[in-house]
Amino acid sequence: MKKNVSKSPWLLHYDASSCNGCDIEVLDCLTPRYDLERFGIINTGDPFQADILLITGGVNSQTGPVVKQLYSQMPDPKVVVAVGICACTGGVFKECYNIKGGIDTVIPVDVYVPGCAARPESIIDGVLKALKILDEKTEAMNGK
Amino acid sequence: MAKRSVVPFGPQHPVLPEPIHLDLVLEDETVVEAIPSIGFVHRGLEKLVEKKDFKQYVYIAERICGICSCGHGMGYCESIEHMMGIEVPRRAQYLRTIWQEMSRMHSHLLWLGLLADAMGFESLFMEAWRLREKILDMFDLTTGGRIIFSVNCVGGCLKDMDSAMLKAISDTMETLYEDMRPMAKTFLNDFTVQSRLKGLGVMDRQTALMTGAVGPMLRASGEPYDARLLGYAAYNDLDVQPVTETDGDSYARCKVRIKELFQTANLIREAISKIPEGDIAVPVKGNPDGEYFMRIEQPRGEAIYYTKGNGTKNLDRFRLRTPTTSNIPPMVEMLKGCQLADVPILILTIDPCISCTER
Amino acid sequence: MENKNTVREIRLEQLFPEVINKKMNEWRFVQMCACRTPDGYELSYSFCKYYDMETLRLVIGTDDAISSITQVYPCAAIQENEAAELFGVKIENMSVDYHGKLIRIDKETPFKEKG
Repeated sequence: MKKNVSKSPWLLHYDASSCNGCDIEVLDCLTPRYDLERFGIINTGDPFQADILLITGGVNSQTGPVVKQLYSQMPDPKVVVAVGICACTGGVFKECYNIKGGIDTVIPVDVYVPGCAARPESIIDGVLKALKILDEKTEAMNGK
Repeated sequence: MAKRSVVPFGPQHPVLPEPIHLDLVLEDETVVEAIPSIGFVHRGLEKLVEKKDFKQYVYIAERICGICSCGHGMGYCESIEHMMGIEVPRRAQYLRTIWQEMSRMHSHLLWLGLLADAMGFESLFMEAWRLREKILDMFDLTTGGRIIFSVNCVGGCLKDMDSAMLKAISDTMETLYEDMRPMAKTFLNDFTVQSRLKGLGVMDRQTALMTGAVGPMLRASGEPYDARLLGYAAYNDLDVQPVTETDGDSYARCKVRIKELFQTANLIREAISKIPEGDIAVPVKGNPDGEYFMRIEQPRGEAIYYTKGNGTKNLDRFRLRTPTTSNIPPMVEMLKGCQLADVPILILTIDPCISCTER
Repeated sequence: MENKNTVREIRLEQLFPEVINKKMNEWRFVQMCACRTPDGYELSYSFCKYYDMETLRLVIGTDDAISSITQVYPCAAIQENEAAELFGVKIENMSVDYHGKLIRIDKETPFKEKG
């Protein structure tokens, strides 16, 4: 069964201090024009059932612990996609007193999707690259 | 004797797209008190005025919130322009109005989709967002960006729309007006929707005024206040009528927003027919000195932009009082006495935009 | 449409009577903000009635304590807590007092110093 995870991965989307622009583009990927569901991807609200974590927005002092907890609640193998320039490096708010930086300051990130707001085409591209990495991680886990 | 328990709600929740935390004090299944806890999206960007000069700050003001982005840029620019006494060309004011009204339509359609999804009506969520794509196509055609497009600058607009673009927008509004009708009728006449929304979270006119409600929340309780009637930008030439309902419950709030969708489509066509020729920006000389409070009508309600300059290129203070900041106290009032299962729906009827509130 | 948008300066002891006067005349509370000055703070309390807006301006020193207006306008709680937490304004008798933990940032009163 572990061989087929990347054929129907479930996605968890969390907004950590994002302005909401990238979040609505992520939700846009699920709508009829950019349909992500044709790849077998479903948006779930439950971290225990998710394979891919899509995070938008930079890390500040309140969301750091929440992001770490979500990451630890997800079962292996899992991939993290940082959507938007704020999640990659902190974006235009890098010099603010409350922003520590991108998501990679608290959890390991596999795919970076830049943009402000990131377009649905690049988000889908990022998710498909993440699926290949998920395949590799599954092989590594099975090979052990 | 009923048992009291405290249930934490959020910040990660399948229904709400943004992180907000509420501590709900329950007696059995009825909410007795709700204590909001914000701060997950706080970036502290108001302090960046000390580092960026006032013309560059527009780009940061636009990124306070992705949904109300155009309005924030416009409000900030209008506040500085009034403070410095800059006369913006008439064509630029019409262009700003057209983009802001399209922003209002896309925001209401987004909200309608999210509310339908929260109630389990997923096909209406897909339909509302499919129609919204047509408006995003118009943004892409005229500005190059879908959600965050920087077209406002201090002194006017950065881009112009030629007659082909204006005709494309006008035609899209005409088809949208017809396409939205069956969707609105289905939503408003559905038995499940009515039974879940009618009588939920009732607020009368006096309570709405004194607790600080703004926008569709205030208009659904019978008060005809719409900040567009103040006449900024091109609104003094357009026929804006505040849309009101009298019931004050969640169903009335939905009706107000849906009626505003149709009113906005007509306003855009009216603005396109009246737009004059001319320049789109004037050069800005000097530095801001003084202060100004500017009020504009965002899709969620009245927003206030306060800017204070001291004669240098960095502002002393920029403060934004967003509509959701003002709508949280009435929301907490409404949550008292409702059932636990109704909490997500009630929160969605105020149309929360937490990234605006926390800046 | 003609509408007023004025700023009026008042003294500390006039704050409460002015706010109660506004409540009796059915003005709605709109916003409260603070601005740092070299000697203290400039507080602005804005009220609206129909389309007119009036702002009451209060200038206080860094260590002056002022009374909260939440007994008259309970909806001011969030904005007053924000001013207290971010600027360090001393506000007493707030009906809902978060004691500096509304936004829970790491840095104490970041707006008190420049830069």
